Amino acid sequence: MEILLAIMTGILYAAGIYLILRRSLVKLIIGIVILGNGVNLLIFLMGGLVKGRPPLIPEDGNALEGIYADPVPQALILTAIVISFGLQSFAIVLIKRAYKVLKTDDIDTMNKTDDIT
Amino acid sequence: MSEHLVIYPIIVHMLTAILLLFFWMNPKIQRYISILGSAVGIIIGILLFKEVWTDGIQSVQLGNWQAPFGITMIADTLAVSLIVLTNIVAFALSIASTKNMVSTRVKFGYHAIFHFLIMGLSGAFITGDLFSLYVWFEVIIISSFVLLTIGGRKIQIEGAVKYFTLNMISSIIFLTGIAMVYGATGSLNMAELSRIIPEMENQGLVQTISLVFFIGFGVKSGVFPLYFWLPASYHTPPSVVSALFAGLLTKVGIYAMLRVFTLIFPLGEMNQMILMVIAGLTMFFGGIGALVQKDILRVFSYLIICHIGFMVGGLSLFTEVALVGAVMYMFHDIIVKATLFMMGGVMYRIFGTTKMENMGGLMDNYPKLSLLFAIPLFALVGIPPLSGFWPKISLFSASYTAGEIAMLVMFIFASLITLIIVAKIWNKAFSKNENRIERRASFKYFKDFSFSEKAAYIVPIVLLVGVTLYYSFFAEHFQLVAERIGYELMNTEEYYNAVFGIKEVTKL
Repeated sequence: MEILLAIMTGILYAAGIYLILRRSLVKLIIGIVILGNGVNLLIFLMGGLVKGRPPLIPEDGNALEGIYADPVPQALILTAIVISFGLQSFAIVLIKRAYKVLKTDDIDTMNKTDDIT
Repeated sequence: MSEHLVIYPIIVHMLTAILLLFFWMNPKIQRYISILGSAVGIIIGILLFKEVWTDGIQSVQLGNWQAPFGITMIADTLAVSLIVLTNIVAFALSIASTKNMVSTRVKFGYHAIFHFLIMGLSGAFITGDLFSLYVWFEVIIISSFVLLTIGGRKIQIEGAVKYFTLNMISSIIFLTGIAMVYGATGSLNMAELSRIIPEMENQGLVQTISLVFFIGFGVKSGVFPLYFWLPASYHTPPSVVSALFAGLLTKVGIYAMLRVFTLIFPLGEMNQMILMVIAGLTMFFGGIGALVQKDILRVFSYLIICHIGFMVGGLSLFTEVALVGAVMYMFHDIIVKATLFMMGGVMYRIFGTTKMENMGGLMDNYPKLSLLFAIPLFALVGIPPLSGFWPKISLFSASYTAGEIAMLVMFIFASLITLIIVAKIWNKAFSKNENRIERRASFKYFKDFSFSEKAAYIVPIVLLVGVTLYYSFFAEHFQLVAERIGYELMNTEEYYNAVFGIKEVTKL
């Protein structure tokens, strides 16, 4: 399972970077979204996969025993997902606005701010 | 004072921002609250600085969860000095925002977002947890996106697309680094990491992970191959916003580098080499880029990049003296770069354009103003006794004693090229004969301003120039602070003890 998820992470990274390198604004945003998902999966994977052992202290004990699923990566992912959700919704509004104002979604033509005039 | 003073710099700006949201449609009240909030911020910053200066590093465990399980907020000398400077800049800029920002922009929540940005900066400076640093970075960038796009002019939107994309990617790379660190060590507390990482067997892996962080922070601070978003976006928003970004945002990247590469991953020989090469190239390309630009705000943007090289270079030498130089340069840069962009805003109002060829005659028409503008420009070059000179002593001597002559040459090259650029600006805008393009009909020129409008433009510059002059003539105060910071960065025991509540604090 770990191998599968590791490959999946790699695919998400590759697809995200590929889409970011495309010329269309929409593909750029989709690329960033996919890359973000790749990172989340990576964090999840880094905690190690443990099946069916939630980090709950049994009623008669006072500490976790044996192997248990690490709760920290899940908390991190949850935070990261919420943050990237906010940023992505901003991004989508921004590209909509950019398309309206600049009348193009081709990144190569957006070079007004780089001109030496 | 309360033991929770450490987190007050964050809380002040959060409460100010929330209060501002209640006066959404009332620009006038918002302006006063914003100035008041920043003033309180300065006071809290100075109180915290005093406490850290007398009692050593202060820390707070959020939610009373003991480190390393909870999030630690920790204020060492570096963090508090930056908080004081941030609040001074914020105060100056909130005065500037009173007239500089048209009320339509204020009605879109400009002031509230401004304070959320300052909150994010304060948070990034005092957090002791790697993931929490990421969260504060996100607070900073989401606020900066809004500030950059507010107003929605065509060029702003275009700059924002570039700024947004590169900053998002840098956050993703930073998060990748965090995932790798967690996978390798099982901890994210910076103080704990500083003990785990030197004992790890696979040091090659550690150095590789540290470079992932370097790329993440490098985009934010604008080092050589990663800086292209900066000159593409910094000249687009109103001058107050550019001044805020120029003074503080790139410095957060440098702060994170200083923290991570001294505390968590002390630089190995290979990484030192990489950083050194990148610092040299940053100075080179930043300087050359500034030389060919014709728009004054874009010249300033490239100068930011050029001078980032001084700080990265100081870090890459990795001796106590070099770190003192880097930190002192950072203090000088925060104030001067913010002043420069404010100046750029005034010059835009005087000439109606930011193109240098259409300027001229500033010295004949506004002699007092020219004298005021000369101070930050000369401080930028580092003409003694102005502020840019003092950090260079430490940087030059550190690179000489370390035997890195190439680094020394690059420092001198960057200083010289800054001198040429400042001479060019002086020649074109100040001493050349007037060369005015025809007046724009719907544009409000500086000389038509009422007294209060002029004051709102000039007072913040006077304030920041005052700080520069204080730095220039009382540099020994800053030197003392920087020396203590250098000591703390190289000797991490005190930081570790403060986080884990070990009492035997060794005083400098």
